[in-house]
Amino acid sequence: MTTLLFIEQLLNGLQFGVMLFLMSAGLTLVFGVMGLINLAHGSLYMIGAFAAAAVAAATGSFLLALMASLAAASLAGALIELTIIRRLYDRDHLDQVLATFALILIFSEGTRWLFGSFPLFLDVPAALSGPVTLPGGIQYPAYRLTIILVGLAVAVGMFALINRTRVGIRIRAGEADREMIAALGVDIAKLYTFVFALGAALAGFAGALVGAIQSVQVGMGEPVLILAFVVIVIGGIGSIKGAFVGALLVGLTDTLGRFLLPQMFGLILEPSAAVSVGSALASMLIYILMAVVLIFRPRGLYGVA
Amino acid sequence: MTRESWTNFAALAVLAGVPLWAYVADEPFIITLATRAAIFALAGVGLNLALGLGGLVSLGHAAFFGIGGYAMGILASHAQAYAPMAEWPFLIEGTKSMPVIWLVAVIASALAALAIGALSLRTSGVYFIMITLAFGQMIYYFAISWPAYGGEDGLSIYVRNGFPGLNTLDPIQFFGLCFVILCGVLVLMRAVQNSAFGLALSAARQNETRVLSVGMMPYRLRLVAFVISGAITGLAGALFADLNRFVSPTMLSWQMSGEIMIFIIIGGVGRLFGPVIGAMVFILLEHTLGGLSEFWHVYLGALLLGIVLFAKGGVIGAIAGREKAHD
Amino acid sequence: MFLRTAVLAASTALLGAMAQADVKVGMITTLSGGGAGLGIDVRDGFMLAVKQAGRDDLEVVIEDDQRKPDVAVQLADKMIQSEKVDVLTGIIWSNLAMAVVPAATAQGKFYLSPNAGPSPLAGKGCHPNYFNVAWQNDNLHEAAGAYANDAGLKNSFILAPNYPAGKDALTGYKRLFGGELAGELYTKLGQTDYAAEIAQIRASGADSVYFFLPGGMGISFLKQYAASGVDLPLVGPAFSFDQGILQAVGDAAMGVKNTSQWNKDIDNAANAAFVETFQAEYGRLPSLYASQGFDTANLLFSAMDKADVADADAFRAALKAAEFDSVRGDFAFGDNHHPIQDIYVREVIKEGDLFTNKIIATGLSDHADAYAAECKM
Repeated sequence: MTTLLFIEQLLNGLQFGVMLFLMSAGLTLVFGVMGLINLAHGSLYMIGAFAAAAVAAATGSFLLALMASLAAASLAGALIELTIIRRLYDRDHLDQVLATFALILIFSEGTRWLFGSFPLFLDVPAALSGPVTLPGGIQYPAYRLTIILVGLAVAVGMFALINRTRVGIRIRAGEADREMIAALGVDIAKLYTFVFALGAALAGFAGALVGAIQSVQVGMGEPVLILAFVVIVIGGIGSIKGAFVGALLVGLTDTLGRFLLPQMFGLILEPSAAVSVGSALASMLIYILMAVVLIFRPRGLYGVA
Repeated sequence: MTRESWTNFAALAVLAGVPLWAYVADEPFIITLATRAAIFALAGVGLNLALGLGGLVSLGHAAFFGIGGYAMGILASHAQAYAPMAEWPFLIEGTKSMPVIWLVAVIASALAALAIGALSLRTSGVYFIMITLAFGQMIYYFAISWPAYGGEDGLSIYVRNGFPGLNTLDPIQFFGLCFVILCGVLVLMRAVQNSAFGLALSAARQNETRVLSVGMMPYRLRLVAFVISGAITGLAGALFADLNRFVSPTMLSWQMSGEIMIFIIIGGVGRLFGPVIGAMVFILLEHTLGGLSEFWHVYLGALLLGIVLFAKGGVIGAIAGREKAHD
Repeated sequence: MFLRTAVLAASTALLGAMAQADVKVGMITTLSGGGAGLGIDVRDGFMLAVKQAGRDDLEVVIEDDQRKPDVAVQLADKMIQSEKVDVLTGIIWSNLAMAVVPAATAQGKFYLSPNAGPSPLAGKGCHPNYFNVAWQNDNLHEAAGAYANDAGLKNSFILAPNYPAGKDALTGYKRLFGGELAGELYTKLGQTDYAAEIAQIRASGADSVYFFLPGGMGISFLKQYAASGVDLPLVGPAFSFDQGILQAVGDAAMGVKNTSQWNKDIDNAANAAFVETFQAEYGRLPSLYASQGFDTANLLFSAMDKADVADADAFRAALKAAEFDSVRGDFAFGDNHHPIQDIYVREVIKEGDLFTNKIIATGLSDHADAYAAECKM
């Protein structure tokens, strides 16, 4: 194993983590402000990817496709918030889990009904399609590098939004004391719709970005959704900072685990058994990480006790 | 008898009556469906103890369902191949006897529930939902990638396991067996609900501080409830595997956890017979909606949404009205 | 679950005099959820043959297994117990086949596999009533190994998902591949990001990559591989390059070699007619899954012409003879009722706006599977 390979894997872990952050930021925000657990977040991710693929196929422009993903996901988000989600804020978590589980069923099969059963095509823009050479001679896909940068920019934007703007003040106030900010004359219903649509837009954006290097298909949201849950539980539910740290932690753990564990077992087992055992353990690793974090910090790394 | 009791009684009568009718009319598949409903009901009754009475929203109960299933699969596959499971430190052989398999399934899933519960119950609320989900996923991926017992292919058993004095391959006899177990567990659950333990558990859900102040430990109450709950769901898993003569990681998937929860919500949360009615309705829906459209999940989703939003008490709630104020 | 299509073709009255018992076929396949594309292709191929045959002694019941083994088992029970079918077919996935086939054949039903060919059913677990019309799971991978030898590849990096079919795939490749292995990796089932694996490929010093990543996994891998700048030749089985998903991969798949027992340019009359009528009927090009469904139906008809399904021994012998015009050209069953057939090497090309495959070589001729010897039948 060379240093270069290790650095490349670190970059891969970072990129995966950044993607997870885009997905988790909305989830944790919605939970923090509205106290809502939303299983249908993965469906919004899927909607973003499908909208992007459809628009890219029609116009050929990746930028338009990205904008379409933002628009479609935030619209879908606002729509379900207005019709369904807002009835769930006062309900217990069980109702929220079930109602949003029902939404997954509707969105998944509805999308299949609209777009058919085969995966759609969405490709990276030509300008970013090849690899770039980084200092030290590492060849790294330009698109993945872009994802890292875009993700970090979104993270900075989120911090600025929460900490520096009027909307951010309201969001933070909403997390702290719902009744009070309503009493102070903030239109809490509008604020909630906005926050939910914002979270949806982030998820849809992530779906479009990732869709370009993965497969745009029905059911693509659920595996990511579960990872996003792991992220926000590790980070502490409701904390954007926690989501960021948790996402990077999960991204790096997963990538490096997949890379290193089979090699480590190779030292003590014969090769094919090592690959098998190492891969099995690697696929469980992030859940083990989560269990360990929760044993020591039952409210996550940055959760409010 | 209250209206709820009548509803419960009617539910059991329908569940027992339909297969009897099917037996006379020679429709063995209807009996298989009823067996499926009875087993799902049992899994739901298990979860309902944690969820309805204890307020513990576990999204990882498929883990116990699957562990029960694998207990059956592993024991029976060893017996089928005449290969002992372990020869050291002492000889452990596989078995095709249902009572032994059930015992192993109950113990294995109870132990798993003890380990998962002990860690998960340190958290509460959404954290609890998510950590149970994560533990479920952990076991799911383990089952897929562990090659010894079939991995994703699962394990097939050629002949259903035996029960002394019964021909379990006969659909009606196997249904009878599952039905009797379901009734037995329902009786047990009623006793648990009305016991000091059940009342304390229910109290811990409603007001933790008060329970603490009378000197009881909510953590322990919940852990015991979680273990019993997991064990019952595990027993259901063993029966389900025997119904299909097959076990695979699908039984461990998080969608399975979701489905078990759906049975409860359709029937009515916290009601003793909620999962029984819910499982029956679910099987019926799967059957009728599935005939209407390839995209029947859309309708299932819409229906579920409607129940959650507008008919909180589920079927029993709609028929019997609000729960009487015993808690 | 009850997507039922009962097909009773118009009566051809003259033959009615010597009426044989009708054959009832139960098709259990995946029509909803993630893997629906494959099941729909098998169904459409099968039903196209049914339509063309215009038989009045056939009834087909089709149901959706949702890719869930327990649902498939329930459906098989239903078809055997309630519908009283004579022949079962349709299952796409190996794990579902393993759940359904042993029980169904043990109850005296015929099972014709239009897709899955798990190794236990070819070897120790073979059964006189089980016929595989597609391939044994290892076949396409073996052909890829043989092709790699022919192409002068010496050092392959191989990867597959960590589940039984993935292990079979790599075993199959290694069985005939004569070179070294630069690396061997098992990925998580359903994994969508392959950056870590591609980095290892880059660092491994391999001269070629063999991968078995069916469905969405393959799409993700190919796109990411193309973007990574690693330009080692790729070889794969047809599953990542079938007509259904090729359009979703796009340019990233161009030029990739893949192995298949069928392609639309196999030169025989049956195939030409199949490709043309399939396109006319459904408005899309057929995939290899559709070809397998089509062959399955025609195999069944050839047996029905020769024997009565009630006479199991005669019907079995008629199936074994496999006297039908396969769209693959030559087709025969080995002693374990798995195909002996040519497996081709294809290359992904672009025809107009459409990505498709072209045969460039024959990987293995008259190839049988490696488990036949274990089958005591």
